[in-house]
Amino acid sequence: MASDQTKKPDEGAEPGSPRPDYGPVALPPSKREPSEALHVEEWEVEKRPALYLAEFESARDVLHAAEKVRDEGFEHWDVHTPFPVHGMDKAMGLGQSHLGWICFFMGLIGCVGGYVMMYWMNGVDYPIIIGGKPPESIPSMIPIMFECTILLTGFGAVFGMLGLNKLPRHHHPVFYSRRFERCSDDAFFITIEAADPKFELEETKKLLKSLQPKHIELVEEEVP
Amino acid sequence: MSHDPIAEIGETHLLPPDTTFHHVTESVSRVTENKAPRGWWILFLLSLALAGCLLASLTYLVTAGVGAWGNNNPVMWAWDITNFVWWIGIGHAGTLISAILFLFRQKWRTSINRFAEAMTIFAVMCAGLFPGIHTGRPWFDYYMFPIPNQMALWPNFKSPLMWDVFAVSTYFTISLLFWYVGLIPDLATLRDRSKTAKRRAIYGAFALGWRGSNRHWRNYERAYLILAAISTPLVLSVHSVVSFDFATSVLPGWHTTIFPPYFVAGAVFSGFALVMTLLLIARTVFQMQDIVTMKHLELMNKFMLATGSLVGYAYAMEFFIAWYSGNPYEWHVFRSNRLAITVGEGGVSMAGSYWWAYWAMIFCNVLVPQTFWFKKLRTSIPWMFAASILINIGMWFERFVIIATSLHRDFLPSSWGYFSPTIIDITLYIGTIGLFGTLFLLFIRWLPMIAIAEVKGVLPHADPHHGTPGDHAPLDAYVAAESPAE
Repeated sequence: MASDQTKKPDEGAEPGSPRPDYGPVALPPSKREPSEALHVEEWEVEKRPALYLAEFESARDVLHAAEKVRDEGFEHWDVHTPFPVHGMDKAMGLGQSHLGWICFFMGLIGCVGGYVMMYWMNGVDYPIIIGGKPPESIPSMIPIMFECTILLTGFGAVFGMLGLNKLPRHHHPVFYSRRFERCSDDAFFITIEAADPKFELEETKKLLKSLQPKHIELVEEEVP
Repeated sequence: MSHDPIAEIGETHLLPPDTTFHHVTESVSRVTENKAPRGWWILFLLSLALAGCLLASLTYLVTAGVGAWGNNNPVMWAWDITNFVWWIGIGHAGTLISAILFLFRQKWRTSINRFAEAMTIFAVMCAGLFPGIHTGRPWFDYYMFPIPNQMALWPNFKSPLMWDVFAVSTYFTISLLFWYVGLIPDLATLRDRSKTAKRRAIYGAFALGWRGSNRHWRNYERAYLILAAISTPLVLSVHSVVSFDFATSVLPGWHTTIFPPYFVAGAVFSGFALVMTLLLIARTVFQMQDIVTMKHLELMNKFMLATGSLVGYAYAMEFFIAWYSGNPYEWHVFRSNRLAITVGEGGVSMAGSYWWAYWAMIFCNVLVPQTFWFKKLRTSIPWMFAASILINIGMWFERFVIIATSLHRDFLPSSWGYFSPTIIDITLYIGTIGLFGTLFLLFIRWLPMIAIAEVKGVLPHADPHHGTPGDHAPLDAYVAAESPAE
C-alpha cells in the first residue's frame, strides 16, 4: 500500500518492454477496481491450459453436475464451494476420509508416551515416595495420560488434515481466475484439470457446457 | 403461494428466510474492513488502560513478592486462585458451544461459536497467569513442566496441581487449534475480498491457500468432528481436574465428591453468561441483529436456566451432606463460616464470617437464572444483559466462598483469620479483565467474529434438496433417479 505510493510509476515503460535491471518494476496506475490492480499480468510468459473452471448457481446445481462429471470417469477434478455441501462426497464418488486412523494412532502414542514419561521420571530416574504410594503407581497417572492422549489426537487431527489436503499451498492455478474469488462468498465451481488423462480442450468444454453452468473459463498457468 | 416447511412444522427460522450467502459474507466481513465504530474505540481504550494497570501490578508483584497480596495464614489461596478458577470456568462455555453442541447437531450454535471459542482462548490466557504468579517466583515456573532443570528433579505427577498444568495447557492448545481450523475458510473469504495487497498477504498467509475444495472439505469436516469429539471429554476433564485441586485435600468444605460435576456445571453456567454479555454488546455495536437473533439469545438463556439450576442443586446437596454426614468440621464450615448462624452450640458472631459472600452467591447464581422461566424476561435484552453480569459476579463469589470460607477458620481456632484483599489483589483482577477485553476487541475488529462458512452451511438453500418441493427421498434414491445407468 504505502510502498505503491512512494514508488514513482515508470511512465516510459510500454507493456511488453524488457524489465529494467534496476529496482522493482513499478506498475502503471490502474484504472480498474483496486482489487484488480493486485493481479500482475505484465509478464510475457509461455502459458498452457491448467484447468476448466465452471461456475454454478447453487449447491443443488453443482451437486448434480458433479454426479455427471463423476460418471464420465474423470480423476483430477474437484468441486469448490463456500461451505461443505451435504452429499457431495457421494456425488464425487469419494470414500471416507482416512483422518480417523491418523488420529487414532496419534492418540495411542500420546497415551502410551504419557505413561512412559511419568513411569520413567517418577519411577526410574528419580523415584520419590509420596503419600505412601509406590513411585510408579498407575492410578495417579491416569489424568495426565488422558490429557496426553487428547493433545496428540488433536495434533493428529489438525496437522493430519493439513497433510492430507496438501496445505498450505498458495499457488494453485484456480487462483489465477478472477471469478474464483467469489468461491469463498457465494459461488460454486467445478474444476477439471488438464492433468486428467481424459482431459481434451474441446470435448471437456462440451461436457461442461452440457451441465448448464453459469460460466465456463479456461484457466492457464505458466509453463515452468 | 410460497412453500415454507419450517413454518409448517411450527418452528421459526434461525435466520431471516431471505438471507443470502452473500449477505452473510458481507455483514460479517465488513466489520473487519470498515473503520471501527466509536463504541469500539471507547471500549478498546478502556480495556487497554486496564491492561496497562495489569502490567504495572504484575511488575510490582514480581519485584516486591507475593506479600503484596492479602494472602496470609490461614488463607493462603485467595483471590489469585479464585480468579484462576473463575477465568478457566468462563472458557468452558466456549468449548461447550463449539464442541458439544456440534456433536448434538445444534445448528443455532453457528452464529455464536466463533465468538465463544475466542472467549475461551482469551479466558484461558487470563486464567493461566494466576497460578504462574502464585508460585511466588514465576521465573522458576518451568519446574512445572517435564523438562530437565538444574536440580535434576522431575515434577511429581501424583499431585493434582501437576494434573492441572497438563489439563490447562492441553485445553489451551486444543482450543487454539479448534478455533484456527474453524477460521481457515473464513480467512480465505477475507483474503478473497481484500482491497489491498497487505490484507491479501496477511489473511492469505493464514488462510493457507484454502480454496474450498470438496476434497479438502472432506478431511476438514472429519478433522472438525474429531476435534469436537475430543474437546467434549477434555472440557469435562479440565474443570474436574481443577476441582481435584480442592477435592483431594482433606480440608472441610473442599473434600467432597460432588466437586467435579458441580464445577463443570458452574463453569458452563458462567461461560454462557459471559458469552451473552459480550454478544449483546457486539451485536449492538456492529448491528448483527439479523445473524444473532432473539432465538439464539433465548436458547442461551435456557441453557443458563438449566446450568443455573444444576448449580443450585449442587449448593443444596453440598449443604445437606455437610449436615447429614455428621462430620462436625464439615458442618462448621457451612454453618458458621458461610451462613454465620449465631445461635446454638458453636454459634459465632457474624463479624468474622463471609455470610455476605455466600448470600451474594445464592442470589446471583440461584435466584437470578430462575427468572428465565418466564418468556418475557428470557426475551428481554436489558434483563438478560443485567442477569448475565450478575451471574458472573455470582460465579466469582462462588469460587471465593469455596476457597476463602473453607480456609479462614480451619481445624485450629488459634490460627483463625480473615482475608482482606490489598490494592494489588484488586488491580490484578481488574487488569485481567482489561487484558481479556483488549484481546477480544482486537479479535472482533480483525477476524470474522461469526463463522461465515458454518452459518452459510445451515441456511435452507445450502441444502442440495432446497427448491425441489416434495423431494424428500434419501440421497441414494435421488442419485439413482438422476444419474444415467452405468
